[in-house]
Parts: sequence; C-alpha cells; structure tokens
Amino acid sequence: MPLVVTIASRQFRSFFNGPTAYIVLALVLFSLGFLFWETFFLYDRASLREMFNLLRAILVVATPALTMGLIAEEKRTGTIELLLTMPVTDRQVLLGKYLGVLAFFMVLIALTFPYAITVATLGPLDWGPVFSGYLGLFLQGAAMLAIGLMASTISDNQIVAFFVGLMLIAAFAMIGMLLPLLPVPIASIAEYVSFTYHFDGLSRGVIDLRAILYYLSIALIAGLIALRSLESRSWS
Amino acid sequence: MVESDVMIRAESLSKRYGEAEALRDASFAIKRGEIVGFLGPNGAGKTTTMKILTCFIAPTSGKASVAGCDVQLDPVGARKNIGYLPEHNPLYTEMLVTEYLEYAAAMRGIRGNDAKRRIRAVVEETDLGPKFGAEIRELSKGYRQRVGLAQALLHEPPILILDEPLSGLDPNQARGVRELIRELGRERTVILSTHHLPEVETTCDRVLIISGGKIVADSTPQELKRSQGRETLALCLKKLDGFDGDAFVRAVGDAEEIRSVRPVASEEPAELHFEIIPSERGDARERLFHEVVARGGVVLGLERRGGGLEDIFRSLTGGKERS
Ligand SMILES: Nc1ncnc2c1ncn2[C@@H]1O[C@H](COP(=O)(O)OP(=O)(O)OP(=O)(O)O)[C@@H](O)[C@H]1O
Ligand SMILES: [Mg+2]
Repeated sequence: MPLVVTIASRQFRSFFNGPTAYIVLALVLFSLGFLFWETFFLYDRASLREMFNLLRAILVVATPALTMGLIAEEKRTGTIELLLTMPVTDRQVLLGKYLGVLAFFMVLIALTFPYAITVATLGPLDWGPVFSGYLGLFLQGAAMLAIGLMASTISDNQIVAFFVGLMLIAAFAMIGMLLPLLPVPIASIAEYVSFTYHFDGLSRGVIDLRAILYYLSIALIAGLIALRSLESRSWS
Repeated sequence: MVESDVMIRAESLSKRYGEAEALRDASFAIKRGEIVGFLGPNGAGKTTTMKILTCFIAPTSGKASVAGCDVQLDPVGARKNIGYLPEHNPLYTEMLVTEYLEYAAAMRGIRGNDAKRRIRAVVEETDLGPKFGAEIRELSKGYRQRVGLAQALLHEPPILILDEPLSGLDPNQARGVRELIRELGRERTVILSTHHLPEVETTCDRVLIISGGKIVADSTPQELKRSQGRETLALCLKKLDGFDGDAFVRAVGDAEEIRSVRPVASEEPAELHFEIIPSERGDARERLFHEVVARGGVVLGLERRGGGLEDIFRSLTGGKERS
C-alpha cells in the first residue's frame, strides 16, 4: 500500500508542474465567481443545483484533461519503463495514478465549499440535497476520471488520450439529451446508462444505492480495461 | 556450476513483435559476480532481452529467472533484485535530483533515515554531489546518466542491468562511468550492453554476442579471440622494377609457416601490399622477411592486424544490420 501512496503523491505533485491543472482550477473558480453574482442578483431561493450542473458540465472537459497525461506522458518520455520495473504490480501503478488524480479532484471540489457556505448565508439552504449532491458529484467525477485513465493507457499521445476520454465521457454525460429521439426500448436502456439520470436522483436528496453502484461499476470496468491495456504493453 | 550461483538464467527465450522476431531461442546463464557484456548490431535484440529480464515485457515463449525468481510468475520478486538503467535513460526531468532519488528510494521501500543514508551513499558513488540540488532537465547527459545509475544502485541490488550505460558520453565521462561499473562489478552481477568493443575487453569478464535475435557467441573475451580470432599480417613492400610480386606470392604461399597470401590494392603507387594469413607452425614474419630480402625487395612495413573483438564481431554477426 505505501507504494501506491508514493505513486499517488508523485502524480498529485506533478500536476503543479504543467499548465493543465492551473487551467482547470482557474476555470472552476471563474465559473463559481460568475455563478455567485448571478445567484446573488437573480435568485431568491438558495440552492446549489445551478452550481452542480455547471460543475458537471465543466468536468466533461476537465476530467479528460486531468487524466490524459497519467500514463500517456510516461509512455512518451519512457519513464513508464522505470515505473513498471520497480517492485510494483501494474495494478498498484494504476491505482496510484488514479488516487493521485482523485486527490486533485477532491481539492477541486473542496474549493466550492466556500461558495456553498456563502449561498447558505443568503437564504435557508436545504442541506440534504447539498450533501447528496456532493456525493453524486464525487461519484460521477470518480467514474469520469476512471474513463480518462483508461483512455490514457491506450496511447502515448496525450492529445489522443484527451479526445478519446472526452468522447467517452461526453457520451455518458449527454446521452440523456438524446432520449426523446430514441425508440422507447432503447431509450430506457440509454436512460439507465446516462450520468444525468443517476445524478438527478442524488441532487434531489435521494441517496439511491443503485446510483452509487452504477458509478462504481463504471469506474471499476474502466479500471479493468485500463489494466488490460497496460498489461498488454502494446506500445512497447 | 552450483545452481545457487546462477543469478540470471534464460531458457529458450523468444520474443515476437507482431511478425518480427526480435529474439529467437536465446539461452544463457550468468553467475554471481560476473560482468557480462552484451554485444550485437543495432536491432539484434539486446534491449529486448533486458526488458524481459527486468519483467517489463513478457517473452513470447521460453523462461527466464532472476535471482531465483521466475520473471513471469514472480516479477516483483525479480525486480527487487535488479537495478536497471533502461536504454535512453528516461527520467522525470521536472524533478530535482534529490526529489527524484527520494522518490526512487520510496518506490524501493526505503524510507526515513535509511533513505537519507542510501541517497548519500549513491550520490557519493556516482559523484553527483555538485548537482544534488539541480533540476534534472538542466543536467548534461553525463550527469543524467549518473542520476540513472544512482537510481539503479539505491537498493543495493545484487544484479545490475545497464542498457548502453556509456552511450553519448564524452571520453572523460565514459572513463568515469566505466571505472564505476568495474567497481560495482566486484560484488555484483552486471549485464551491460554496448556498441563499444574495447569497452568489453577492458570491463567485462564475459561476452554474449547476439545477432538477429540469436546468441552467436558466449565466452570470455580472451577465449573468443583464441577460438575465433583470425590474425592476419599486413605486409608493405617498396615497388621496385626488379621485384616480381607474383613470383613472391607463389613462393611464400608454399611456405609451411603461411596458410595463404594475397595481394591487396594499394593507395600508394610506389608500394605493394599483401595480406597474409599465418598457419599455426613457426613464425610467418621471419619467413616473409627472408623471402623478401632474398628477392632483393625492401620491407616498408609489417604489422599484425585483426584478431581483435571487432573482427570477431563482424564475422559472427555477418556485418548484418537490422533496422
Ligand atoms: N515495440 C516494438 N515493436 C516492434 N518491433 C520492435 C519493438 N521493439 C523492438 N522491436 C524490434 O525488435 C528487434 C530487436 O530490437 P532491440 O531494441 O532489442 O535491439 P537492440 O539490440 O537493443 O538494438 P540497439 O543496439 O539499436 O539498441 C529490432 O528488429 C526492433 O526493430
Ligand atoms: Mg538497444
């Protein structure tokens, strides 16, 4: 386990060496600032729904940007060979990488707490949906990051990894919008695989075990595919 | 050979990349304390073999074990015993030398005071002191190579696998690193690959020559020279009107000290050049000298050629180059 932590902490710190992490942080903070003024002037009912929706939209682009380099960059520079000849298993490497980016994502989420607290001072805030909303945000982010990690294992090119990740994540995030266009039997399946369907319940304050299982299974399946892809050493 | 003395064993290793066969049925055993030079033309399969031994890639068929650990069944166990310097020496260039070594130590399970002590020791061993606080990206190639070596030594591994540790170093740096390897090889088993042949003669106890994915020679540099070496003599005579080169060749060719003789083209118009392969009997040089003088010729030069590793390398690998 300590090796996983070593890998995670190196990954976490390395975010601060490149521009991506700063761009993502700036994007989130800027949107929150914008949202704050809008809320302040236009709404009289305190709620974080707007914030959650905006964050989820930002995450569609931000998560593949955060994950694109996880494995792809190590492949490009060749450091993957050092990493994978240390006394660790491929699984530990992926887990470490994943925990590193997940930690960064949690910092990102934590940055929204002051906003939530400010909104709470403006009017009576129903904390139930806030907590379950944050849980949903965390779970959805965890699933998105796992998909991004998977994309990062298939190429030694970060840009390729970014677009593959973006396409897959966007598919899960946006399939909900296509529902009216789909024939009924397919639509009900599509609804079940969409992020929106599961998040909506959580953001209303309903902690549904199925939603939690849904996000965790996506993360697990993506992780297993990533492991297969890494183990194949198909790039080397 | 006592089994426990074998640190690295490869049995019929083969590796295919799609259609291409990078390694074919390679077998060898390396004992504790040996420094083995891995030689071969570009694309011969040296790096591929090292990647298999470090459990980075799996062989398509065959088996290998390192320090008694099967590379496929117990890769983590095998890796614990190996210090590895991959080809092109990849490094996290954005890190400081200290940070990088701390990270590498942590990855090897060395922490706290042990880590400090080991880092200090390898920095000393590799002469990294002056660059300890520098960013890796600022370092010259020689210093980067030392960082790569320092990383490989942190956990005091019994086995070192070094893929072209001297490539791209200037002669001074190369000498330093070569001495370091010699030093390290006193207590450790070392495999290093190189294209630099004198390297092998001065540094290695043993050479493995690989060509087209096959092991074509496996012995000591001295033995290799004895069994494979074809020493030739290069004779240079002054071109004189009274001297009949063809008659000389016929006469010398019949001598028992000489196996064969042939004239070779000369760039100097005033000289005649011959290549002579001596036989095992007597001294061909003495005979040549007498023959020339007896025919009124003048010897301008007589020197021994070849028989060095370079020639052996060329003949064993057929001068073949694969991409
Ligand atoms: N990832 C790969 N995909 C396809 N072929 C590969 C791959 N890696 C190596 N090869 C091929 O395998 C063969 C052996 O390569 P290897 O890198 O082991 O050679 P080498 O002896 O280390 O050569 P060099 O002296 O140039 O470093 C070469 O023909 C090479 O083209
Ligand atoms: Mg090589």
